Amino acid sequence: MKSAVVVFPGINRERDMARALRLASGREPAMVWHADTALPAGTDLVVIPGGFSYGDYLRCGAIAARAPIMDAVRGFAAKGGLVLAICNGFQIACEAGLLPGVLMRNAQLRFICRDVYLRVERSDTPFTRGYNAGQVIRVPVAHGEGNYIADGETIARLESEGRVLFRYSSPDGMIDPNWNHNGAMNGIAGIINERGNVLGMMPHPENHVEASMGRTDGRGLFAGLLDHFKVAA
Amino acid sequence: MNQTLSVIPNEPAITPELIAQHGLTPEEYGRIVKLLDRTPSFTELGIFSAMWNEHCSYKSSKVHLRTLPTEAPWVIQGPGENAGVIDIGDGLAVVFKMESHNHPSYIEPYQGAATGVGGILRDVFTMGARPIACLNALSFGDPRHPKTRALVAGVVAGIGGYGNSFGVPTVGGEVRFDRRYDGNCLVNAMAVGLAETDKIFYAKATGIGMPIVYLGSKTGRDGIHGATMASAEFGADAEEKRPTVQVGDPFSEKLLLEACLEIMAKGCVIAIQDMGAAGLTCSAVEMGAKGDLGVTLDLDKVPCRETGMSAYEMMLSESQERMLMVLKPDKEKEAEAIFRKWGLDFAVVGETTPSKRFVVRHGGAVVADLPIKELGDEAPVYRRPFTERGKQAEIDPASVKAPVGIAEVLEALIGSPNLCSKRWVWEQYDHVILGNTVQRPGGDAAVIRINDGPKALALTADVTPRYCEADPFEGGKQAVAEAWRNLSVVGAKPLALTDNLNFGNPERPEIMGQFVGCVRGIGAAARALDFPVVSGNVSLYNETNGRAILPTPTIGGVGLIDEFTRSMTLAFKSEGEAILVIGSTRGWLGQSLYLREVCGREEGAPPPVDLVAERRHGDFVRSLIRDGLITAAHDVSDGGLLVALVEMAIASGIGAVLEAPSEVPAHAFWFGEDQARYVVTARNVEPIMERAKAAGVPVTPLGATGGALVSLSGERPVRVADLKQRFEAWLPAYMAGSH
Repeated sequence: MKSAVVVFPGINRERDMARALRLASGREPAMVWHADTALPAGTDLVVIPGGFSYGDYLRCGAIAARAPIMDAVRGFAAKGGLVLAICNGFQIACEAGLLPGVLMRNAQLRFICRDVYLRVERSDTPFTRGYNAGQVIRVPVAHGEGNYIADGETIARLESEGRVLFRYSSPDGMIDPNWNHNGAMNGIAGIINERGNVLGMMPHPENHVEASMGRTDGRGLFAGLLDHFKVAA
Repeated sequence: MNQTLSVIPNEPAITPELIAQHGLTPEEYGRIVKLLDRTPSFTELGIFSAMWNEHCSYKSSKVHLRTLPTEAPWVIQGPGENAGVIDIGDGLAVVFKMESHNHPSYIEPYQGAATGVGGILRDVFTMGARPIACLNALSFGDPRHPKTRALVAGVVAGIGGYGNSFGVPTVGGEVRFDRRYDGNCLVNAMAVGLAETDKIFYAKATGIGMPIVYLGSKTGRDGIHGATMASAEFGADAEEKRPTVQVGDPFSEKLLLEACLEIMAKGCVIAIQDMGAAGLTCSAVEMGAKGDLGVTLDLDKVPCRETGMSAYEMMLSESQERMLMVLKPDKEKEAEAIFRKWGLDFAVVGETTPSKRFVVRHGGAVVADLPIKELGDEAPVYRRPFTERGKQAEIDPASVKAPVGIAEVLEALIGSPNLCSKRWVWEQYDHVILGNTVQRPGGDAAVIRINDGPKALALTADVTPRYCEADPFEGGKQAVAEAWRNLSVVGAKPLALTDNLNFGNPERPEIMGQFVGCVRGIGAAARALDFPVVSGNVSLYNETNGRAILPTPTIGGVGLIDEFTRSMTLAFKSEGEAILVIGSTRGWLGQSLYLREVCGREEGAPPPVDLVAERRHGDFVRSLIRDGLITAAHDVSDGGLLVALVEMAIASGIGAVLEAPSEVPAHAFWFGEDQARYVVTARNVEPIMERAKAAGVPVTPLGATGGALVSLSGERPVRVADLKQRFEAWLPAYMAGSH
């Protein structure tokens, strides 16, 4: 699995992501600078990591969505290439038109960093094949603007097409407002595009991948991707 | 010396009022005139005020700070640089410092706190270290004071807003409330970075004719006189000082970090100094003075945010996210390309000279020409008169027994502002970024893995201000001892500390007495515990209308763990384990939270700190952790033994059945704040008792873990779940405005 991690100025979880990719695949990802116009040849997976691209000034993700490298990312996605967009990456993907909807400020209007529980809704996608459908995983969130909102029609389509892959839940998998820390509609934590090759999610699976650090619930995502490319190859 | 300065036409004349407005005394002004052999220009007066204020010159504190122990075989750099540096083996060094941003945070909480974080992060990466963790120690006024809630909200959001965006985990610290901070909150921020021991960068300039380069953000009109403002007490007009507070831009700081580390790695840098307090003035003077060199600056080359800025404004601006460097001349182009890539300003604004003069040009004219050594490291030093407070009487525990049961006291204390959970605060800080946070906030010390391990750092920030006021010497000792304990109890070997000394007006002998006593206490403990002071910051004049804060010498401690997977945590691990207290319990209630929160009395002598016992008990606990003999460990501090036990229960959801020995009255046994104590749990007690006997360490069995209740013989049992609810509820409810 050859990964490329896109680095915009102000992105700050690119090292966390690089470590997770390295641990999963045994190879270093390419770090691609925002001002570049092409992805490395043979890229299997593009990752847009978390952080505060361009300081989150103007609107989260709005400036990064217009950076030179994003044309290449859009082209890559249009050809069916897999794009994993996490946290600020999710915001950027929405602003770039790769995913529908928008991430608003958290309902309590405060930044929140804590472990949350996610119910994995499907296991038949390249991003979630490392999990079982209905499995609950525990991963951290760290964001001030993760409250997913879209118009009613978009939400209805996302739901009917099974495009919600992760939902905030209780530890036993119940969808409950008390376990939805940011107020996202339908508890949405992660969605895919229509074609199923772009995943945007707010939580950080890349921070829970090492047994020695306590939790490994994020590993399934990376292991699943690796598996996907092995099978494809 | 007598070089005539061209007179700038609109310069105000130097009057006694203008001198006073610059925070300079008539004597200090006399010294300036004597040094120059002429009247200073307006710009020069501004430069002197920036360099000679308390904040930059340490003029009241210097003679006392010199008494602190600063050396150990593992210390690479002690106080005097941007931050302290210690060797942790494997060719790696830890660079750290704590610094206050008290005055600005009171005036403008969000930006004041945010730029406090930004400033301390720059201090660390200026030395070539990548920041790996931040901590902060916050003191606020009485929760009922009308300003407190807004200050808490603003300060916490500001710290989070800066650190989260910059991308450093904020992993620990402390939050306290006391009416004595009603008019002056304290915001002490600590940053910790990692560098290679042979790639540490310093402020000392070397070489003549070397280019001095300005890097980072543009210079604006924000923060002018910030350092002077922070060197005076507040009156009724505190709010009017808002324009002296800088505005932070964490995005620029993140770019500055990456660009600085990149040009350092390329070997371009001779010397580097961040522009913090007193901006361009302080950084240029320090680089020259430390290298025994002169510096010439050409202000026409300084990147400015707005047109028409005067020399005075440029020299005193405290705009953030700026650096000054002396570059190797042959690397200038390479360095410039790196800065351009990161979209940052880069301008050669001066050069080093052999003259030991600080010369500033603007618009073709010389606007300042000053002796650099006297401005910098030879600034005035004061031996201010001080009076030390007499010892307080010891409190007889029997005389202060509240007419309520132990369970009621416990319920009240665990949900009180100072002991309750600070989750509401630390959840606003990203504490997991970088993927190395082994122990998150809420424990005794944060534990941060170094790179991919196996080593880790333990980090803590501690002080008990009410002890410091009652007995500055014992209070200073206690702050160091508690930091040392908090590192030991997670299994770390404490290596060094940074001190952030917050006090009132040093021109008052009783305040100066607090300062002197605390520094003596810090020195005594640091010596006894081999825990040297490698960096620090002094914040004086924390008073409003003559009312000073509690003396608050915050101690930031750093310790080393050899194997991060073996760090110890405070949560009970399973049912049926023995609970032991290490250290003696006399039931010391003087200055305890029991006395204050339950009896409404703030009096008596604070608990004495026996440094020999501290060391013996701490070393003992560390050896138990190393040899895998205990399953949980927790330091006993504010609130005493029962509060410590309940914190262990709450963290695990497991209860305990407890019994107190009969010699000490129950309320004093459970809530006394005797020092040098730890609570540990173990499956097998015998080997611990044998070792304790051999080491001369007192160990007392207290009972066993288990069940859903905390039960004390003869007292009403309390459900752990209820205690947890009280523990977690107070702060969110307070911030929501419900009490």
